[in-house]
Amino acid sequence: MKLSATKTEISRSSSLLREISSLPRMMNVLKALKIERSNRQIQLEKFFKTSLVLIALGILILVVCFFLTLVVQSMPSIKALGFGFLFGKTWDPVSNVYGTYPFLLGTLLTSFLALIISVPFSFAIAIFLGEYYPRGWFSEFLKNSIELIAAVPSVIYGFWGLFVLVPLVRSLEIKMGVTPYGIGIFTSALILAIMIVPYAASLGREMIRMVPSSLKEAAYSLGATRFEVITAVILPYAKSGLMAGVLLSLGRALGETMAVTMVIGNTSLIPKSIFAPGNTMASVIANEFTEAASSLYLSSLIELGLVLFLVTVVINLIGKRIIKRFTTE
Amino acid sequence: MKMFSTFKTLFFAGLVFATTGSILPGCNGGGSATPGNSDSTANAGDDKTLLGAGSTFVYPLFSKQFSEYNKSTGLKINYQSIGSGGGILQLTNKTVDFGDSDAPLTEEQAKKMGVPVLHIPMCSGAVVISYNLPELKDTLKLTPSVIADIFLGKITKWDDAKIAAVNSGVKLPSTDIVIAHRSDGSGTTNIFTDYLSKISDEWKAKVGKGTAVNWPQGVGGKGNEGVAGLVKQTPGGIGYIELAYAIQNNMSFAKIQNKSGNFITPSIASTSAAGAVQLPADSKIFLGNTDAADGYPISGFTWALIYQEQNYNNRQQDRAQNLAKLLWWNIHDGQKFCADLHYAPLSPAAVIVAENILKSATFNGKPLL
Repeated sequence: MKLSATKTEISRSSSLLREISSLPRMMNVLKALKIERSNRQIQLEKFFKTSLVLIALGILILVVCFFLTLVVQSMPSIKALGFGFLFGKTWDPVSNVYGTYPFLLGTLLTSFLALIISVPFSFAIAIFLGEYYPRGWFSEFLKNSIELIAAVPSVIYGFWGLFVLVPLVRSLEIKMGVTPYGIGIFTSALILAIMIVPYAASLGREMIRMVPSSLKEAAYSLGATRFEVITAVILPYAKSGLMAGVLLSLGRALGETMAVTMVIGNTSLIPKSIFAPGNTMASVIANEFTEAASSLYLSSLIELGLVLFLVTVVINLIGKRIIKRFTTE
Repeated sequence: MKMFSTFKTLFFAGLVFATTGSILPGCNGGGSATPGNSDSTANAGDDKTLLGAGSTFVYPLFSKQFSEYNKSTGLKINYQSIGSGGGILQLTNKTVDFGDSDAPLTEEQAKKMGVPVLHIPMCSGAVVISYNLPELKDTLKLTPSVIADIFLGKITKWDDAKIAAVNSGVKLPSTDIVIAHRSDGSGTTNIFTDYLSKISDEWKAKVGKGTAVNWPQGVGGKGNEGVAGLVKQTPGGIGYIELAYAIQNNMSFAKIQNKSGNFITPSIASTSAAGAVQLPADSKIFLGNTDAADGYPISGFTWALIYQEQNYNNRQQDRAQNLAKLLWWNIHDGQKFCADLHYAPLSPAAVIVAENILKSATFNGKPLL
């Protein structure tokens, strides 16, 4: 091995010698090459930039098209029902009365309840993996397992919820003395909470790891304990990232369909408590779209999609505003 | 180094896209089942392939029938089980050769089609009332008024006097009744609510019938399996499911009193019997609460839908001929596959009605068969 290596080296150096001997001629060639190459570089640079712009614009146009399609398709129901659609409390396909209030309530209740349940877990994971165990096989293992939670198809969560979580919640409900449906708003919120943990946890972990060690060391040198460093230095520094993670989680919770449909109870009655069955907008659309026979019914379902779209946008905008205020303070 | 940073930029661009996607998942909530999806394949398909779309209820039977038909004739049939509503829409858009629906066209749908559409009965199916009462040894008996009161939420306990009166000698538990219904729009719901509307004026006024209704009580499960799961899991649960699904999964179901006063156990025979009534010439009839003395009262037909005039969209006459022959085979030789899959075959009288309807299909005004 070694011998052959030295041999090639010798041959290479000898060829180099030969090249040096014809240096003046080579210089001309090189010059031409260089010009050509820089031309190509410029072209590549331009091409890359335009393609980036085009792709980004494409996504933007797509979102605008989504919105326009939803608006156009829901025109019949907007005309027929007006604002009654938003605040109506009955959803009755037989007599063509559509009110989205129970579903709007169900969507917001499940999502925010899920957020409240999941945030302590995702922040704990983020702090643990970002600060206490940033390296090592155990940390990697934990990190990958948590990211795996996000990769599991939601229908599997639905099944797990239906066969494991629902009986557990039912026995809890029997102890509490409420009607033991097992399924309902609370069960959906639990499932959602598990599903959205990795979003806030992963982003939070990255942010916590990015806190400059000089800041932390300064705090330590002033005599701060680890807890004090976390609460006084790391969390304030990383809070915009943590909030962004929470926002991402919320977005996921708002739109989640399959797992929620399987455990929420799918009734259009207004939920009386968090243990009662309810319904969400996404789940109504998924359930009823295939057999929506009358055109007003179909249009109302599309308008439901439009409302969900707007709710998501509004919540995202509010969240962005909150993050901005947090970071500029 | 430059190359590396390019990759890095690309990676972040990708990350941004992925994020946008997950923030706006609501957009694709129901996208997988777009009934209005009108990418026209009817004309692109070769003459050896017929296209159909519609009811999910009939799908297991159709896939068996069509594969057998393919073996004997070489004709391929591509049937998409996207739901009755979707099938009707596809037929309206003329993207399929035939649709299949568990309910006759509504006036609005018929108006949209513009031209006469034939309803050809394919088979019938029953809807059973399944319950979860582990203590109960006998089969529960239910009368129409008890069923209506339960689903209206007027009877809330299993040991209610009205239920006990029908089931004399049976010890009923005092558990709450938990009602399970379909959360997705469904022909099964249509058959069941049609029955309830026929037996109870209050139900007709308050709720009505349809593929999806505003349920006064209860929780919803997606699909037969969803309702069956809810009933199985909840002590005191009651719900309606397709007969085929209930038999395959060993669910307990109630005997129901029909119009003639007989308590009927749902079965293929009693469902077929329910269809052995005087059918109208266009076969558009809801079988709920049948007049037949030995018929099970909660059942309904599923219909293949085709345009009466088959010459549209520059269709070839061969194609129309193939379609008519296929449906003819379906109502004759194809019926023998019904029983194995727990569908009720058409009664001889219904076959004759179906034959006459199919014979009225034309191409350029001339009968196809």
